[in-house]
Amino acid sequence: MKQSYGYLAVRLCVFAIWGLLCFAPFLFQDVRALEVAARICIFIVLVASYDLLIGYTGIVSFAHTMFFGFGAYGAAILLKQMGPGWDAVALGALAGVVVSLIVATGVGLLSLRVKAIFFAMITLATASVALVLASQLSQFTGGEDGITYRAPDLFKPATKLLVDAEGKVVKIFGVSLNGKLAAYYFVFFSALALFWVMVRIVAAPLGTVLKAIRENEARAEAIGYRVVAYRTFVFCLSAAVASLAGTIYAVWLKYTGPDTALSFAIMIDILLMVVIGGMGTMWGAVVGAVLMVLAQYYLRDLMGVAADAVTGVPLLPELLNPDRWLLWLGIIFILLVYFFPRGIVGTVQTMGARQ
Amino acid sequence: MSEPSLVTRDLTIRFGGHVAVNQVSCAFHPGELTVIVGPNGAGKTTYFNLISGQLMPTSGSVSKGATDITRMSPSTRVHHGVGRAFQLTNLFPQLTVLENIRLAVQARSADSWRIFRPAASFTALTAKAEYYLEKTRLTKLAHQLASALPHGDQRKLEVALLMAMEPDIYMFDEPTAGMSLDHAPDVLELIAGIKADRSKTVLLVEHKMEVVRALADRIIVLHNGELLADGAPGTVMASDVVRDVYLGGATEETA
Repeated sequence: MKQSYGYLAVRLCVFAIWGLLCFAPFLFQDVRALEVAARICIFIVLVASYDLLIGYTGIVSFAHTMFFGFGAYGAAILLKQMGPGWDAVALGALAGVVVSLIVATGVGLLSLRVKAIFFAMITLATASVALVLASQLSQFTGGEDGITYRAPDLFKPATKLLVDAEGKVVKIFGVSLNGKLAAYYFVFFSALALFWVMVRIVAAPLGTVLKAIRENEARAEAIGYRVVAYRTFVFCLSAAVASLAGTIYAVWLKYTGPDTALSFAIMIDILLMVVIGGMGTMWGAVVGAVLMVLAQYYLRDLMGVAADAVTGVPLLPELLNPDRWLLWLGIIFILLVYFFPRGIVGTVQTMGARQ
Repeated sequence: MSEPSLVTRDLTIRFGGHVAVNQVSCAFHPGELTVIVGPNGAGKTTYFNLISGQLMPTSGSVSKGATDITRMSPSTRVHHGVGRAFQLTNLFPQLTVLENIRLAVQARSADSWRIFRPAASFTALTAKAEYYLEKTRLTKLAHQLASALPHGDQRKLEVALLMAMEPDIYMFDEPTAGMSLDHAPDVLELIAGIKADRSKTVLLVEHKMEVVRALADRIIVLHNGELLADGAPGTVMASDVVRDVYLGGATEETA
């Protein structure tokens, strides 16, 4: 059976996105663009790991940012306490993953037997506890202010990766080969590796079992799969990946606080991204994260340009006023969900069937 | 006669005040095909659910061979060789036919926990899945989604799933329900094939008398959750009490 044109188009598009992200520092040479590109990389991993839960296995969890936060705070606290160094990053990543695994196993074994809605509520409660703890334990976490720290020296903007004869940093296509570039590629390659691992997992026998549990839990049990064990396993796996994404983001931002790593606003972003991109596809995570992050960063600018272009026309400039960007973001979401009920990737994949 | 492969002892389940299965004791033997008959609401499917683990009994026990499986989860029972097909089509609708079968094959291998090699590269699993596709004549539909199959083929896939699990005990719950007459013989032929392997035990819930006559080595009759009759087809069908309950007086009983 040949894959549909839509399926091929999606794959082409995803490869193109990764290609653009790979050369982002050279293609989009400004600080904000690099910030956006790094955020996209992180959110692809975060959304893909959430898709393992909601899209593949049918588990609804609201604690995904909590695991992201464990990884971020793990690295942040250790970088602050031990000073900038790879040992702090590695230990922070490890600590984040270990804490995530312990919490995920506990929550999973205790509550993955109950109905989906109760499980969702329990994750919500657990995530709230984590958020409260982060703001209360301010001697470790910096409370609401968060923690500012330095990343390993390699990522300092002043670091010269390559120097020419005069000792100045080498530029390629006008881009300085400095620590900022190294930091971006650290984010990019870590994200790519984690995403690749997840794509492999869903293609492996385990992936089919997860889908079977989503499709028909009772029958999966009846043909011999211990559903609770598989669910707990995938919950732990996605928690560990989210935690690693948190560590990477913490190293990139050099700041970790409730707003960047733990807030429910991030959870809602993840949910929107996975729904817009398409659940149960992995590729949907890429498309969803790109669209959402771009919209969050550039919709206002775009509206400003549009509002200027229509000055003199009655009403339109008012509607397109950049201050109303959230209204338009909302309208775009509603339209996307209306026209792509299975997400962009999910819907496009089924189009253009070939014989 | 050989040692029984499956035994239920005083198996009972109550739902509130209603006793759905009441003290059913019965032994099943390898090489024997037992048809379970009884009017609607007699407790046939509930009895099946107790054996395959979807329900836990209020009292009584179930053993597979020498192992007591009464409190085991359905998935653990599968690993002890108890396999079950369902009355209402119960598949993985958004997976392909091949994936459906491969899941059943994979369930009893350790490969389900393999997380890093593409499923398609497990050639032994795929080969086995294809063998069962071939056997159930579903090969041509291998890459269709299960939800896209016509009803008759879904029923065949249901049977194929059970066969791919390679159990010792095969439990069929009305395998030909809702099937057209030209499809039903395919399924019956498959069941006859399993029966021909003398090491397997087959339990079959069935209403159609021609099916019962063609396949049964033994018939048990359930009525209001109780075991009413047990014996060779000729004897059971001829007994007055069965005629009364099953063929005659059933309608007012179930009201």
